[in-house]
Amino acid sequence: MYENRRIGFMYVLPFVIGVVLFKLFPFVMSFALSFTQYDLIEPPKYIGVENYREMFTTDKLFPKSLSVTLMFVVLTVPLRLAAALMVAQILNFKLRGINFFRSAFYLPSILGGSIAVSILWRFIFSRDGLINQIIVALGGTPILWLADEQYSLWTIVLLNVWQFGSSMVIFLAALQSVPQSLYEAAAMDGAGKGTVFFRITVPLITPVIFFNLVMQTVHAFQEFNGPYMVTEGGPLHSTYLLSLYIYEQSFKLFNLGYGTALSWVLFVLVAALSAIAFYSSKYWVYYAGEKEGK
Amino acid sequence: MSAVASQESTRFDSSVDQYQIRRDRINSVIRYALLIAVGLVMLYPLIWLIGASFKTNAEIFTQVGFWPSKFELEPYVKGWKTSTEYTFTRYFANSFLIVIPRIIVTVISCVLVAYAFARFDFFGKKILFAIMVATMMLPQIVLRIPQYIMFQQFDMIDSYAPLVLPSAFATDTFFVFMLVQFLRGIPRDMEEAAQMDGCNSLQMLWYIIVPLLKPAIISVIVFQFIWTMNDFIGPLIYLSSVEKYPVSLALKLSIGATEEVEWNSVIAISVLALVPSVAVFFAAQRHFVDGVASTGLKG
Repeated sequence: MYENRRIGFMYVLPFVIGVVLFKLFPFVMSFALSFTQYDLIEPPKYIGVENYREMFTTDKLFPKSLSVTLMFVVLTVPLRLAAALMVAQILNFKLRGINFFRSAFYLPSILGGSIAVSILWRFIFSRDGLINQIIVALGGTPILWLADEQYSLWTIVLLNVWQFGSSMVIFLAALQSVPQSLYEAAAMDGAGKGTVFFRITVPLITPVIFFNLVMQTVHAFQEFNGPYMVTEGGPLHSTYLLSLYIYEQSFKLFNLGYGTALSWVLFVLVAALSAIAFYSSKYWVYYAGEKEGK
Repeated sequence: MSAVASQESTRFDSSVDQYQIRRDRINSVIRYALLIAVGLVMLYPLIWLIGASFKTNAEIFTQVGFWPSKFELEPYVKGWKTSTEYTFTRYFANSFLIVIPRIIVTVISCVLVAYAFARFDFFGKKILFAIMVATMMLPQIVLRIPQYIMFQQFDMIDSYAPLVLPSAFATDTFFVFMLVQFLRGIPRDMEEAAQMDGCNSLQMLWYIIVPLLKPAIISVIVFQFIWTMNDFIGPLIYLSSVEKYPVSLALKLSIGATEEVEWNSVIAISVLALVPSVAVFFAAQRHFVDGVASTGLKG
């Protein structure tokens, strides 16, 4: 059945149009624009690799923004995955009310991307905000979370780690599919908890760890709402992520050529990291004869 | 979640003694304690937000507890009015004017495309599928500027078209992927029977596929609702007149407008801004969380 190729193509046609018009064409166009100077009024002017040269030589803000972005990703992704896996491991048990807990932990992932939560964050990390009130109540000295460059990035990192629920539900599903017989066999052999976790659980769920790692990294490189609303990129550009820099260059200063060049650097970075992850995956990701995992 | 069932078949053979049972009990108490502790830490900011929305400005900055000493409704009244010429009635209406059409076109286009990928054979299917998966990982940030220029050429800036139109072409590939995965898991017996009875492919889609896909379609609706409500950079780039602002932009405006921010009314409106998403989430949470888990994708 379903051999009628023409009908199949008819159904997929919206996607063909959409992907060409809204994905492939803009993708190629942004690459081309990155070699131009363009402000929406005058037609784009070809300037060769000037944008890229400027970025890596005269532009002081770019290296700063790049290092802040890398720092953010390096802090956020592992912390978020660790939190997700830990809580999933606690949840993976004959528990009553597992659905309740699962939803409760998932809730921040739903709301975390909203402006309302960014406002909440800005608020609880302010000088007299909730976090400092708790610190003072416990006898500590308040920290200027948003005004001190040492801590400002952490507020954004925490906002993102707080949203670990989406990775957690994926880990939980993976944990639940680990065959119980393996645990029984390990218990029979007298394996301790740590050994069971690192020798059985972790190897079996590496495909899901790999998947979460790649998706969360792609995601983290594009974080915008946090630095835009909570810290506004400051203080002293300590939270000035590349996404924010691209936004300001493109839609505030209307340096669209420079903006696309910046976004291409970000893209190449993400693509290179993904490629490394995919390439290295054959050494550490375990596929138990899965069809879809590859 | 068939895995849950397999866990319950813990065997009580002779090797399991009283000691083991007691250890299990202590173990589960520890787990509950940990879960409740982590849950409280995670949800406290949200609980506190609700409490703070009823507090006076002075109390917000001095009370760690979430329970207000006196319930003030004034923050809500003031916040709803805003310092702009429109009230939040307008901004909420705007949000729904974006969200509802976008959900409708997303569901239609994604179901059609997923149907094609899961049930038909056509020219270039493998390549198209690979492109679809690749675009899920493509950072949207690279496409934003050219898309903006395109919509400017179409004269669609400061309208909702740039926020809705791309979704009509199944460009939210995450949803297509989710639906394809779901469809692949459904046996084709019913469709084969229907075909024997002379159903054409469109009837088959409407009478058989769509009812079977219902749980997955609900996930699409919930996700798209919440993501579109949360979307900030889209409206920020494309909308310039305040009368068209959705809730997310209006909220940002309420902070930037004056130096002296009326924190309690900003908080009150933040609470209201979260209500639609929370309501939709709890109404559909079962389908929704399972859906994310089974397709194994981000949230």
